[in-house]
Amino acid sequence: MAMSAEKDLMLKAKHKTGLVFFPAFDWAISPTHPEREERLLYTQDQVLEEGLFDIDGILEFKPDLATVKDIQRVHFCVPDVWRVTTESHFISAGGAKTIGMAVLDKAVDKGFALVRPPGHHAMRVVHGARGFCNINIEAVMIEYLRRAYRVDRVAIVDTDCHHGDGTQDIYWHDPDTLFISIHQDGRTLYPGSGFTNEQGGPNALGTTVNIPLPPHTSAEGILYALKNAVLPILADFKPQIIINSAGQDNHYSDPITNMNFCAQGYAALTSLLQPDIAVLEGGYAIEGALPYVNVGIILAMAGIDYSKVREPDYDPQRLRQRSEVTRRIETVCETVRGLWDQREAKRLQALNEKTLDHRHRNIFYDTDMIHESQKEIVRVCGDCAGALRIDSSSSRGIRILAVHIPRKACAVCREAASQWYASADRGEFDHIFLQDRIRDVYEERK
Amino acid sequence: MIIGLDVGGTHADVVLLGDSGLVREIKVPTDQENLFKTVLAGLEAIIAGIDPHQIRRIVLSTTLTTNAIAQKKLPPVGMIVSSGPGVDPDFYRTNLHYYAVAGSIDHRGREVAPISENEVQKVADGFKTEGIRNVGIVGKFSVRNPRHEIQIHRILKDHFERLFMGHQVSGNLNFSRRVATTYLNAAVYPIHRSFFDAVNKSLFQKGLDVPLYILKADGGTMNLEASMEFPGQTILSGPAASVMGAVGFAPIDTDAMVMDIGGTTTDMAIIRNRIPLLHPIGVRLGGFRTLIRSLETRSIGIGGDSSVTVSDGELIIGPEREGPAMAFGGSKPTPTDALLVLGEMTGGDREAAFRGMTAVAQDLGLSVEDAARRVIDHACHRILSEARELIDRINNRPVYTVQDLQQGDKVNPKVFLILGGPAPYFARRIESFSGCRAQLVPRWQVANAVGAALARTTCEVMVFADTQLGVIRAPEENYSEMVDQDFSGHDAIDLAYRLLKVKALQMGAPDEDLEMEVLEDLQFNMVRGFLTTGKNLRVKVQIKPGLISDYERWTAQIS
Repeated sequence: MAMSAEKDLMLKAKHKTGLVFFPAFDWAISPTHPEREERLLYTQDQVLEEGLFDIDGILEFKPDLATVKDIQRVHFCVPDVWRVTTESHFISAGGAKTIGMAVLDKAVDKGFALVRPPGHHAMRVVHGARGFCNINIEAVMIEYLRRAYRVDRVAIVDTDCHHGDGTQDIYWHDPDTLFISIHQDGRTLYPGSGFTNEQGGPNALGTTVNIPLPPHTSAEGILYALKNAVLPILADFKPQIIINSAGQDNHYSDPITNMNFCAQGYAALTSLLQPDIAVLEGGYAIEGALPYVNVGIILAMAGIDYSKVREPDYDPQRLRQRSEVTRRIETVCETVRGLWDQREAKRLQALNEKTLDHRHRNIFYDTDMIHESQKEIVRVCGDCAGALRIDSSSSRGIRILAVHIPRKACAVCREAASQWYASADRGEFDHIFLQDRIRDVYEERK
Repeated sequence: MIIGLDVGGTHADVVLLGDSGLVREIKVPTDQENLFKTVLAGLEAIIAGIDPHQIRRIVLSTTLTTNAIAQKKLPPVGMIVSSGPGVDPDFYRTNLHYYAVAGSIDHRGREVAPISENEVQKVADGFKTEGIRNVGIVGKFSVRNPRHEIQIHRILKDHFERLFMGHQVSGNLNFSRRVATTYLNAAVYPIHRSFFDAVNKSLFQKGLDVPLYILKADGGTMNLEASMEFPGQTILSGPAASVMGAVGFAPIDTDAMVMDIGGTTTDMAIIRNRIPLLHPIGVRLGGFRTLIRSLETRSIGIGGDSSVTVSDGELIIGPEREGPAMAFGGSKPTPTDALLVLGEMTGGDREAAFRGMTAVAQDLGLSVEDAARRVIDHACHRILSEARELIDRINNRPVYTVQDLQQGDKVNPKVFLILGGPAPYFARRIESFSGCRAQLVPRWQVANAVGAALARTTCEVMVFADTQLGVIRAPEENYSEMVDQDFSGHDAIDLAYRLLKVKALQMGAPDEDLEMEVLEDLQFNMVRGFLTTGKNLRVKVQIKPGLISDYERWTAQIS
């Protein structure tokens, strides 16, 4: 029996928190795909029943639609934006953008875009869907905010259980974007990447940080990595805004992963990380996890007591982290900190090694069953993110050339990229695209 | 003939509708200390000389429960809430005798943790010691499965006068509002009961043995019996009466905005094709957020009697009313005084009105006439800007499907329907400032009472099916059945309509008023491990808010 008339009974957000809730109740990848209509149904039930939208200081916003231009600021879509997206992608990216604007307009202190479909596996070049993602909704939001609000230094902390390989790819060369991904070790889970030695291209060496955790990591281990690796690195980097790619598939009940995180853990993570903006990514334990995890995250963002949020079948005994798992996590964090501390020296070394840096990659689109082969060249540059040239062909028989002039490109890189674009052999490629972030235009050479 | 009575802050408006339209209209002063006397005086006056047998129905809208809540004059109530994990239920405390007990149900209505009979019994013993007679029982997710509320009810039922259960006050999700709604129902019950028992008795003594209806916040009515089950639904019926008064004169095929310009406030609402728009969740009153169905309204503290002041050269109107206009014995200048100065309105002490406006004019550095014009113009601009806020609020409300986001049609009123005391004087300006037609509601001084008289009975029903669990439930209607995998969305709608019809008839709707519609029809395949294992169906239906089927018999004759 609770008798507590003297307790402070005002339910009020300490941080004014904006929410975009867009469950896309009429959209699915396919009828029995995990990324389905029902995915946020029970989350909505829980959020409505808990009355979270009624709390003073929690505001719900209607999502804006992202524009084609917003998407082209980030991606090279093959053959065009319409062919690789549906309406739901425009709403999902638009929802993230709505939250970003609300935060930067200071309409709210913090915001959470609870939207679907997700985006963190979508890379710079998009031939189709991979890992349930078509366009990178965080990147679309960030690049819009950089354009509209002159935001410069951004940190993305991706806490989805899967490595955020799409976001990593987009920011691989950008020294102004710190990308940190905490995920289940790539040797045991899709997409099989995200090892500690993946640290970014020569122009941005160190601003990609991967923290692969062993299977069966519990809240204890994730919070350890947060306190001992993520937070100190963030403190060094000093971002203007922190974005959390808030995947919820580290949960002990998630059907497609092997971790032991829980609603209390997610809420504690949010409380420690204090992201300005959170964007929902994966999470497919739609009944046992998402309703409770999302309530926990929303309360933690708003600075409201979340101590009574827990899953019906929560059993801390069963989720206790084994000591070898703990030791493994400690080692990984130590490695990550070491690499971070050496980053400046390694970057200076990389800058002197060569003038062009090449990457050859084969990328598999598991959702759409497409194979892509990429040859990427970046101009090694100490003054900017570097002119970027991607020669990409897909198993669908399309070959494109994608040329990117970074947002803060130096005159030399700008010229180099323009040359690449102008001199490419029209006969070799089906499409030749230029993404010029200085002029904020996206062009195709016909 | 029909009697409509709407009690307002300063007077009660009463109308008698008959074959020739508005047969009689009367205003009696409101005695806030004795609303019973006010209602009775109004009814006596309106039926004087009329054969009681000619009266077909009486509809009352009073401020009884609204005032009790706003003035915090509520009797003690016992509250037992069972929440399970989530937001701490102590945050939702409504009153002193409020106890959170064990027990937990999840979002699909499955029991997570049982209630403890002992614990409930102990709370009940405490209530008895305190002399509590009415109790509210609320469980989280009880609208998905009311079992725990019913178990608690069973333990308590022989020891208290009246028990209210959360799953019966609304079928909608929102635990904290369910707590508040159940509490308010339990708290206003004794007030409502003794008042209407007395009214009913007096009517009977006067030979008026006719159906008595009470107006609700959603602009619909319910009969006296239903109001004893849901007394909380009688709150904030006043603004609804005015909107319903405008419905019969609204355009059939477009949006209109109603503006009820009173002495203290101007209340606004939207009517689409003669159907008033409802708020998506429920009434807010006296610090309580509830699940009580209501019209979507917005209020601004500007009316005919709002005090007019000038601060640092800036004109300020309202939000307070500090007595009547100076022309009618008040001490502060008001828009009404401005209208008298301009000669647009007559009556009262025009000298006093001039005195008030002269002070305003001096502070603004204008002539008295220009100042008066500024006051009325300013009031109209403020009202219009508030009207735009209401439209934006409705149009910017989140939606949850791609289709709704793409096709959701926007509210776009082309007509203003204006009623209330100073209506005619404001209408012309609102028309010229907005570019939209401003139309006076016929008999704008008593349109609210006409609205009450003609409002139809409304209600809603929620049905929730989970074919994986094999259940379909409408807890509000005490309905629960087993279903098989073949149960379809159509079956759910058919069932919802059947339940709705039963409910509406019980609440006093005649057959010809059962205009039903589907508000929500969601169907989800439940996918578990790449297999479809069932369907999750949610259907919500309602009797459309509106007027009784033959309302045009009367409205056609009112002009």
